[in-house]
Amino acid sequence: MRFIIIILLFLLSTSIFAAESNSGPMPKHKWSFNGITGTFDRAALQRGFKVYQEVCSGCHSMKLLYYRDLRDIGFSEAEVKVIAAEYTVVDGPNDEGEMYDRDARPADRFVSPYANDNEARLSNNGAYPPDLSVITKARKYGEDYIYNFILGYEEPPEGMEIGDGMYYNKWVGGNQISMPQPIYDGSVDYDDGTDNNALQLTEDVVTFLKWAAEPELEVRKNLGIKVILFFLVLGTFIYFVKNKLWREVD
Amino acid sequence: MAENPNNKRRDFLQLSTISIGALGTAAFIWPFLSSMNPAEDTLALGTTEVDISSIEEGQSITVKWRGKPVFIRKRTKEEIEEAKEVNFTDLIDPEQDIDRVKKEEWLVLIGVCTHLGCVPLGQKLTDNKGEYNGWYCPCHGSHYDTSGRIRKGPAPNNLPVPPYSFLNDTTIKIG
Amino acid sequence: MSGNSEHRKYKNSFLNWIEFRLPIISYFEKEYGDYPMPKNCNYFWSFGALATITLVVMIVSGIFLAMNYTPHTDMAFDSVERIMRDVNYGWLLRYIHSNGAAFFFIVVYIHILRGMYYGSYKYPRELNWILGVFIYLLMMASAFMGYVLPWGQMSYWGATVITNLFSAIPFIGEGLKIWLLGDYTVGNATLNRFFALHYVLPFVILGVVGLHVAAVHVHGSNNPAGIDIKSKNDTVRFFPYMVMKDALAVCVFGVIISAVIFFGPNLMAEVDNYIPADPLVTPAHIVPNWYLAPFYAILRAIPDKLGGVLLMFGSIAILFVLPWLDRSKVRSCNFRPIYKWFVMLFFVNFFILGYVGMLPAEGLYLLIARIGLVYYFGFFLIITPFIHRIETPKSLPLGISDVYLGGGKEALNPNAQKEII
Repeated sequence: MRFIIIILLFLLSTSIFAAESNSGPMPKHKWSFNGITGTFDRAALQRGFKVYQEVCSGCHSMKLLYYRDLRDIGFSEAEVKVIAAEYTVVDGPNDEGEMYDRDARPADRFVSPYANDNEARLSNNGAYPPDLSVITKARKYGEDYIYNFILGYEEPPEGMEIGDGMYYNKWVGGNQISMPQPIYDGSVDYDDGTDNNALQLTEDVVTFLKWAAEPELEVRKNLGIKVILFFLVLGTFIYFVKNKLWREVD
Repeated sequence: MAENPNNKRRDFLQLSTISIGALGTAAFIWPFLSSMNPAEDTLALGTTEVDISSIEEGQSITVKWRGKPVFIRKRTKEEIEEAKEVNFTDLIDPEQDIDRVKKEEWLVLIGVCTHLGCVPLGQKLTDNKGEYNGWYCPCHGSHYDTSGRIRKGPAPNNLPVPPYSFLNDTTIKIG
Repeated sequence: MSGNSEHRKYKNSFLNWIEFRLPIISYFEKEYGDYPMPKNCNYFWSFGALATITLVVMIVSGIFLAMNYTPHTDMAFDSVERIMRDVNYGWLLRYIHSNGAAFFFIVVYIHILRGMYYGSYKYPRELNWILGVFIYLLMMASAFMGYVLPWGQMSYWGATVITNLFSAIPFIGEGLKIWLLGDYTVGNATLNRFFALHYVLPFVILGVVGLHVAAVHVHGSNNPAGIDIKSKNDTVRFFPYMVMKDALAVCVFGVIISAVIFFGPNLMAEVDNYIPADPLVTPAHIVPNWYLAPFYAILRAIPDKLGGVLLMFGSIAILFVLPWLDRSKVRSCNFRPIYKWFVMLFFVNFFILGYVGMLPAEGLYLLIARIGLVYYFGFFLIITPFIHRIETPKSLPLGISDVYLGGGKEALNPNAQKEII
């Protein structure tokens, strides 16, 4: 069974790698989607979407998402249509060769706040607000970082010089960022009566962002359990067949 | 040296192992084949909404639906009469005009000849509309009437009617 | 050519029809049915089969990904995300492919280290080893180019850094780099040619794997005792004995790789590669794929650009001559009490090199990388060629059957082992 030991050694080494990149000072938050049977809380996703709409989407695009994707977080076909229609997209050219505005449809991508990257920079003091479609996959510590970061605005420590139009944040590299604190207690009113303190708002919006980055998460984990079970069962059968076979070898 | 096990009867354990393995292989192939089906973004474009308010009587427009041309024609009184008068049982592909429209004056068709997939002429006023005043396929000479039914030529079927519905008097949704 | 009658050996007349015209059926029967495997082979001998299966899975998943991928700088990133989001099971295909690449290297590394520990590269299997090093080189090239395709930040800057290595070559370097890129910097031309090559190279690998397997089947597989097969009793048929053993290994491998694919698909991915490539912003530190990191560590350990590049390529090239560097007549390290520990240390050293290769090249890490570099070359150039002068090998067992039964400790004078020229 030296084979097993080697495999375990390899697992150990990879987990050391993983632990090395996760153990930092970044506090971990308890997420509903963590663990092998983790799922997204649909209500939290819908609330998180509302926070995105009312707070983040002023500056941040989510270009990889379509309005139709919102069906996944529990909106009905009709609701998605209404949400999409709140936005305007440029379509065309029409028969006269002109571009024209129309209401967004479910098959359209999330409308970006700025026409292009340069306009986005210009409106934000030269800092480009990153696209949020896959943001939890694009930052070390993923959702935990985003969560701590949003809640990480503080008064700068004494003696620290903060640049013009910059804000102090405990978690961002260099501790300075040009995005002001986005979420306060009561920034967004929830329709379902959930307490809208900053902690709740942040948790909801980060849940939404995690879903946006990995919409396949639930299906993936579900299938994963089945695949691993399959290999275990097949492996057990093969183990017995193989043992029976090798017993004849002398 | 052990003897060739092929000579032995396969026991239950071996058979179940082989079946489980075969089952797993089949299941493993499925995602690969499935990935070749139209993706979500393709399916999302499976419906098209068309504004028909600007179409005059006797005119047609062509819109694209699922990559294919769809003919929308506002028929004149004469054309409707023509389509209804025919004794439909004598046709190549017998169908009543009333079964091919939702509102008499609006005819919606997939504009792909049922013979070999060419796009028939007849949308523009200057086009050759064929002997039955509907559409004419230039590839192999199929003639369609004012209800889009095949009347003459090699095509086996009438021009198909796509699934569509009137959202209101001026908008139809195809698909 | 032998007559018709000799070929008529199958019950099925269709098989006979084929066999008479192309003896492919008897070939497969001989190579994958009757092929005699030393019966003392342990599970390390399953990694060849695992690597082959992984290669096939990589090729198949790659083909299906290519059906949905767009090799254009404006669309590559989005098309990969479209695969993840909109294509049916696209996320599965992509995660199989990206994690499969990492596991392919893990499996091949174990396969190589097994060959080193048990002396599988020695007479008469030197060519086999050389073919294996070619496979490894082709794998590195494929993996590097594949990593560029998602067109994230790490794709772009990894490609920039690696192609800049070629500019270190005197006189022709700059021209060569531009020829490789098809542009002054990594651009659309680069992405297109990398896609084309990434598609075709795995098929080349498959071909070399065919030669690799054919070559090992000529003289038969090595075994943990490192001694030659002497009688039929030393072996078992490949089918079903080894097939069942390999199948069990595949199942264990399946559990491990599935755990990563389904529950930590981005564990081995760099977060920066989920940021679209931006030629104007370099990420804080550029990290190679971890499976190429040991060589990256060697590259950075040398303060001179050309020197670093030469040593890095040298560290791979030296693998080709390993069969001639090792002068010992004993294959398996099980019977080499001193060299055994140096080989193990080599494995550990390689791992450490990989680890520091992913950390910033400064301070302690740089020092570790330099020590590792010295040991890497010292192992090949000093220890391997000269250790046999001070090492007394243990007595080799008489035959494989004795080892298999746990006996036969005392018997053969190691110097009677087949000569290694």
